Amino acid sequence: MATRLKPTDVVVVGLGAAGGVAVLPLAQAGIDVVGLEAGSWLTRRDFAPDEIRNNVRDWPMAVQKAQGEVPTQRPNAKANTTRGGSHPMMNAVGGTTLHYWAQSWRLNPWDFKVVSETTKRYGAARVPAGSTVEDWPFGLDELEPYYDKVEYETGVSGQAGNIKGSLDQRGNIFEGPRNRAYPMPPLRSTGFIDLMTSAARGLGWHPFPGPASINSRPYQNRSACMYHGFCNKGGCHVDAKNGPHLTTIPRAQETGRLKVVTRAHVRSIDVDANGRVTGVTYVTDGQEFTQPAKVVLIAGYTYENVRLLLLSKSKAFPNGLSNNRGQVGRHYLSHSQGASVTALFPFNINAWYGLPAQGVAVDNFADDNFDHGSLDFIGGGNMWVYSDRRPISAASMGTFGRTASSWGSEWKAFIMKNADRTNTAYLQKTTLPYEDNYLDLDPVVRDALGDPVIRITADYKDNERRGAAFIQERMTEWYKAAGAIATQPGGLGTMGPTTHAYGGTRMGRNPETNVVNEWGFSHEVPNLGVLGASVMGTSGARNPTLTVQALAWRTAEHLARNWRSVSL
Amino acid sequence: MADKTAKGVSRRDLLKRAGLAGAALTIPVTPAIPAELLDQSQSSTPKPAAGPRREPIENLTAYEADLLEAICARIIPTDANGPGAREARAAHYIDRALGGALSSSRQAYSAGLAAFDAYCKSSRRAPFTELSPRDQDSVLIDVETGAATGFTGSPAAFFGMVRTHTLQGTFGDPFYGGNANFVGWDMIGYPGVRTNVSAEEQRLGAKLTPNHQSAYDNQMFNKAQASASAPGGASARQAVNDDGY
Repeated sequence: MATRLKPTDVVVVGLGAAGGVAVLPLAQAGIDVVGLEAGSWLTRRDFAPDEIRNNVRDWPMAVQKAQGEVPTQRPNAKANTTRGGSHPMMNAVGGTTLHYWAQSWRLNPWDFKVVSETTKRYGAARVPAGSTVEDWPFGLDELEPYYDKVEYETGVSGQAGNIKGSLDQRGNIFEGPRNRAYPMPPLRSTGFIDLMTSAARGLGWHPFPGPASINSRPYQNRSACMYHGFCNKGGCHVDAKNGPHLTTIPRAQETGRLKVVTRAHVRSIDVDANGRVTGVTYVTDGQEFTQPAKVVLIAGYTYENVRLLLLSKSKAFPNGLSNNRGQVGRHYLSHSQGASVTALFPFNINAWYGLPAQGVAVDNFADDNFDHGSLDFIGGGNMWVYSDRRPISAASMGTFGRTASSWGSEWKAFIMKNADRTNTAYLQKTTLPYEDNYLDLDPVVRDALGDPVIRITADYKDNERRGAAFIQERMTEWYKAAGAIATQPGGLGTMGPTTHAYGGTRMGRNPETNVVNEWGFSHEVPNLGVLGASVMGTSGARNPTLTVQALAWRTAEHLARNWRSVSL
Repeated sequence: MADKTAKGVSRRDLLKRAGLAGAALTIPVTPAIPAELLDQSQSSTPKPAAGPRREPIENLTAYEADLLEAICARIIPTDANGPGAREARAAHYIDRALGGALSSSRQAYSAGLAAFDAYCKSSRRAPFTELSPRDQDSVLIDVETGAATGFTGSPAAFFGMVRTHTLQGTFGDPFYGGNANFVGWDMIGYPGVRTNVSAEEQRLGAKLTPNHQSAYDNQMFNKAQASASAPGGASARQAVNDDGY
């Protein structure tokens, strides 16, 4: 049977982007924390610039717990279920921040008020039918201090576009007001990025360098970025990518209040007869341990958080923890990351080096930054052009219909000439939650321990398809203005497992439609908190991690300030 | 750089000078290609293709290895534009990986190569390795388009797998047994693995000299995890959302 460990104040399940940040305000408040992490510590020596290992063989994800619990997927409840082989996320101290792109955006003001702003500007009928989207329980102003805290505590580089209402054309003029500039200037540009920036200005748009949790200059005694080109699915060999394993976790450990336990695979959250959580049970090398705690914070990836709740069945919660109203797994959405545009230029663009966070963004067609009056969708997309190329992927390029074959001498001559002449934009588009897009447990597929994996039932709807087509047209326009001689739009793809998965434990004041309250604590279990993108009800048109971290800090701070009432 | 000697010369450099750093080094990396390596598609007399000295086979049978070698050599041919998959030793990369990260594809290679061989003999009345390059290409087109018969699974899927692995073996890090002499990286103008890149090196029109470095020439990196494979064979799978974080 399980070995019962010494009780602690708080157990945090997962030390990635969310949990790794939350431990610091807790530890600083004198609260004892046990951090359970399914992965282990990695160091800069583990991050060789090796495309075969990182990108072909998916090494960052290949050695993980998450790899054994890849979700299944189906577009709707009547369709067949399929399962891909790869889970996009990583288990390690620091989690996926080890190998992510490190784009560190704040959401725009509209993202918090999609329903009310859409209704006000265009009428309630413009919120797509079947969508379960709600306004967040608060606006950007409530989250601003926490964004600021994380930006300075971990280190984010970028160019402010709006400081206390004063716009700066060098930054994103569409961002909400911030209280001060970023702690570091933006990452540098490249020749190609300069070219794209000029082209965007020529179109009357507002290009700007994007924010990154990467050092543009030495910060907190760690190196500046080396722009070496292996950041995409690769860790940083000079510790310039600012995940919690380098920042908040070591700082929390210094207080003496955080104990880090690695290779701990949490299987269930334990509940007493009164419906309060009492701790968690985990497995390490086949041995079972119970870690009692006054408060449990789950901080896994969206699929892991939802799964852990659904697996934790008890007398008080027969359908899974905090699920007596059937909301766990609901309001699921995943970012529409497909539907890119690839361009061919008549000259080498010298993109062999750099990183996905080194680039130029245009936000003119994101969120509600443009008039949708005559359009048939709401929301939009952030357009991102960046410097990133590796030899195998370069040689695997499409040939824009200019060769008869994808092998042989003619094809070889084409790639020899054009390997450094293509660029693919990253277009993140608004995705909404819908009644029939959800997560539950797969009835058949199980992991190595015999626990069911998550099943994704989700498909893009008309609003997402129309928004994607619109933003692809804008991107095509941008590339052509910069001199591209051919462009190729990509498909939208399916809503399979992704790095931008949201919802499933949505945050909101109404307990009938949300799992956690406005502070991130369960409506049904007062001493259970949820950290991660699973609490987010909208995606915006940009990467989620900084928002996840700001929310995690806020929930942890709330817990520290209300320790007696939450823990007792 | 790894293995610095007292005089600051790397082991790789010494081996290069001695012509011993891998058997593939018999082909110099220059645009001048020996006449016998040129694409013979236009020639009516088939010649057995000469090539670099081959490494000991690790996983394939000798017959499989010869056939794979010949297929790779048509996917990325040695031609007037320079060396191809044969000089890069792409087949060696595949052979080695089939005992490790690509082990889940071993059966697909056995079955696929056997079917390929049988189809070639029945439809062209000769083994693939004895056909002219033009006839070899016609067989490959049959396989790629799914017209070839006798395959257990999809012939097109077999072709796609071999093409994918040929590209990995030609353009991947030499640490894995392919991209010999960096011919793959030179082919597409990749200037090589660097650990620090300057603003000047990211300028349009910057002239970067190929440095011919493997990731693991930097002794700062652990090799231990380099060949770690996923449960179930990571490489046989489709990566999910490779293009976005």
